[in-house]
Amino acid sequence: MTDATTPVPPTPAAAGAPAAGERTDVIHDIGFRHYDGPRFGRGWIVRTLLLDTVRGVFGIGRPARSKVMPWALVGILAVPPIVIGLVSLLTGDDEPPISYTQYLSQLQIVFSLFVALAAPYAVSRDLRHGVLPLYLSRPMRRTDYVAARYAGVTIALFAVMALPQTLLMVAALLAELPADDQFVGWAGGLLASLLLAVLLAAVGLAIAAFTPRRGLGVAAIITILTVVTGMSFALSGIALGQDLPDLAVLGGAIDPYRLVDGLAVWFLGVDATIPEFAPTTAGQAGVLAAVYVVAVAFFGGLLLQRYRKAGRL
Amino acid sequence: MNPVVMELTVRGLLGRRRSLLLLVLPVLLLGLAALTRWASGASPSASAGLTDGFAMGTLLPLMCLLIGTGVIGPEIDDGSIVYLLAKPVPRRSILLAKLAVALATTVVFAVLPVMAGAAIAGDVELRLTTAYGVAALLAGVAYTALFLALSVLTRNAVVVGLLYALLWESVLGGYVPGVRDVSIRQWALAPAERMLGYRASGWGVDSAVSMPVGLTLLAVVTVGVTWLAIRRLTTLRLAAAD
Repeated sequence: MTDATTPVPPTPAAAGAPAAGERTDVIHDIGFRHYDGPRFGRGWIVRTLLLDTVRGVFGIGRPARSKVMPWALVGILAVPPIVIGLVSLLTGDDEPPISYTQYLSQLQIVFSLFVALAAPYAVSRDLRHGVLPLYLSRPMRRTDYVAARYAGVTIALFAVMALPQTLLMVAALLAELPADDQFVGWAGGLLASLLLAVLLAAVGLAIAAFTPRRGLGVAAIITILTVVTGMSFALSGIALGQDLPDLAVLGGAIDPYRLVDGLAVWFLGVDATIPEFAPTTAGQAGVLAAVYVVAVAFFGGLLLQRYRKAGRL
Repeated sequence: MNPVVMELTVRGLLGRRRSLLLLVLPVLLLGLAALTRWASGASPSASAGLTDGFAMGTLLPLMCLLIGTGVIGPEIDDGSIVYLLAKPVPRRSILLAKLAVALATTVVFAVLPVMAGAAIAGDVELRLTTAYGVAALLAGVAYTALFLALSVLTRNAVVVGLLYALLWESVLGGYVPGVRDVSIRQWALAPAERMLGYRASGWGVDSAVSMPVGLTLLAVVTVGVTWLAIRRLTTLRLAAAD
């Protein structure tokens, strides 16, 4: 499945995979044609699977109808920076009307949709068709498979978040906004994107791995992400009404987007999407950071746990 | 309508883990409603805020999406719809049977929870409950018919439906006022605003269109997409699932 996309490397990397030679339970000869030459080994397989995941998420190497949705979403994300660039050109303000990190929160539905498309593509099909034993009969380990898929989805997500922010920066520079501020804001936005991509990929893949049907996986991921956002705003609103500002800030911890936004506000000093809910004390920021780490570890662990047995669900 | 098709659809829709997902969302809403009542002392405007923002804005479209695509989407996805289409049953009655099941499920799992949420969170003489009940029913019927038709029209029904329900209605509607005129949620809120009368503005219930316009557009959309879905199902072309 992944071999077709592998470009021929200049030199075999067999030496880079010491474990491959020692294992005796690896099936290479599946009866088509005998091969005695050098093999690239475990590291190369992981690299290929990662590359295949990134390409496949964007529909590269897949039929045309698989390319429609990811590129439509990329197109939707690219429109606001262009509009914003034009607006700042016309009004001549010193700052763009939306900051780099606010962009992540404002268009979170599109990012959620992208996760919902990418994660089931990466893991659900292999589980549904029961082909994991085929992957694992090669030198690749169980954890290698999970790591390659996880890294692939994270890279794809980061690329999708980084592209509109870069466009936003280019638009801001073309409108002759102060270049230093824009570079700093852009770098902060990329850092927040990375944090968000790591968390969203873990959540999305963990859900997708438990829903082997693609349609159900898409619906489950998007439902959970949207409902969690709606709940966090409702809870924060209630807490603010009860005059409990601490809880209003911590209500954002259950929503990945607000969590990363809060972390960015505290550690990078950027403008918050919603100022009332931004962390103001080190204690609040510490709790948010702890929740972030625990969430990534929990969903990553859940994903690994799912692959303890490589069969169907 | 065909009772066997309906029975099969009910089993496919509620028999699996999907029904859990359908139960979790209403329970969450009721929990939030209880919390809102405790926090705001059962004030109708807080109740209207929760019902408008979370129940009508997020929960109802999502539930209708899960139900509308759930009754036919998986069958088209894995190709097993051919066994149903090959039977000597008119395609029209297959689609209408599935639509009937979807609408009934929407009423039970989405419309009633929205009403219960409004009643729990705070209400005066059940005015808010009935008004939002009517709005949720109208919006639920239109959403479900629309998403059912989408899943016959495209394999990416869930994503396209979400782009409409969340990005178009919520995000774009916030920036571009004209978008709010082309929104099932706004059309369905028009009768609710009329029913509440002078209280509507005080409680924050308002719609972008007038009631006759809203009702007409809802009827046109519901009937139109159902007709389109029937037309499309009669000439359905199956693509390999990936």
